[in-house]
Amino acid sequence: MVTSTARAWDVLEAVPDPEIPVLSVVDLGIVRDVAESAGGRRVMVTLTPTYSGCPATEVIMRDVRSALESSYDEVEVRTQLSPAWTTDWMRPAAREKLRGFGIAPPEGRHTLPLLDVGAPASCPQCGSREVEEIAAFGSTPCKALWRCTSCREPFDYFKRH
Amino acid sequence: MVSPTSEPLLPVADGCLVLSHRLSEWMSKAPTMEEDIALGNIALDLLGQARGLLQVLGDEDQLAYFRDAQDFRNPLICELPGGDFAFTILRLFFVSCWLAEVWPALAAGTESGEVRGVAEKAVKENAYHLRHAGSWVPRLGDGTEESHRRMTDALDALWPYRGEIASDAWYDRVLPALREASLPEPDRDAWTQRSSADGWHTEHLGYLLADMQSLARAHPGAKW
Repeated sequence: MVTSTARAWDVLEAVPDPEIPVLSVVDLGIVRDVAESAGGRRVMVTLTPTYSGCPATEVIMRDVRSALESSYDEVEVRTQLSPAWTTDWMRPAAREKLRGFGIAPPEGRHTLPLLDVGAPASCPQCGSREVEEIAAFGSTPCKALWRCTSCREPFDYFKRH
Repeated sequence: MVSPTSEPLLPVADGCLVLSHRLSEWMSKAPTMEEDIALGNIALDLLGQARGLLQVLGDEDQLAYFRDAQDFRNPLICELPGGDFAFTILRLFFVSCWLAEVWPALAAGTESGEVRGVAEKAVKENAYHLRHAGSWVPRLGDGTEESHRRMTDALDALWPYRGEIASDAWYDRVLPALREASLPEPDRDAWTQRSSADGWHTEHLGYLLADMQSLARAHPGAKW
């Protein structure tokens, strides 16, 4: 059965993360809720941001709004902070997309207190398991910088969070 | 401007905002590219945490850009001028040890869902900052003669500013780390600066705010 919000979800599937365009906002697991009202003319989307200071958050909210505006008369985009987003909410398929994009996906499940952010299982370029951390912080809040000691290529690791 | 019920939140919000600005001053000047990125990421997290709380307390832009120094309630340690890398790291470590107590308490014991949301996220981010700063403390303290001297100087400079952020749990984190870093054990009971609770600050906050607020004050309501 097609649910009443299927149309909105289809639109959201096509809204990419501005920093990691192979992932949609649905892949990232930041869409908490979609609700239609006014006989399908109005839609409200609830998003949970990934990191507190992530500059992509405001871009994502704008992109989600403008994507939905072509299908609905009225669009409301809300943020909900609690419970906090975790990489456990990423779709399983997102992991393969990340790897294909050259980013090692997060490993292990999130636990509190946060004692470690996991380690990449293998190099996303050559598949070697011989990898080492270069820096705990990377080009965006969600990533750390690692290096493969087999092929010598540096690569991003999407931190478990 | 800020209601009395907001009192416990304001030192946290302002502390994160002011320290974020201090860390951002390192951009393009850190000792290595990786450290530049690390300090930038941490500054960004702190800015996001500050914004989350300021949004709960009122209009975030009004609170960040249009309050004068005497209305800020950040712990004084956050506003001290940058100093060298040793000072930067030790201060970040001290403040992260404070926030390691503050955020879980706010995440567990707050009525406001918004505050809880900010805190739940910040718990994880701060753990990461603490790990980063904490991994530098022994490397610098127990590193070369030069790095040891600089860390000792940083400790001397920062210790009198611990009063607002220290607790038993804070000392339990800090003292073993200093010991592991071969730094001189400071006296828990030594004199400490007063807090900013009554609006008194060091002379440094005014200059920091002049830098941080000048654009917003020159062009009120400007949008990117």
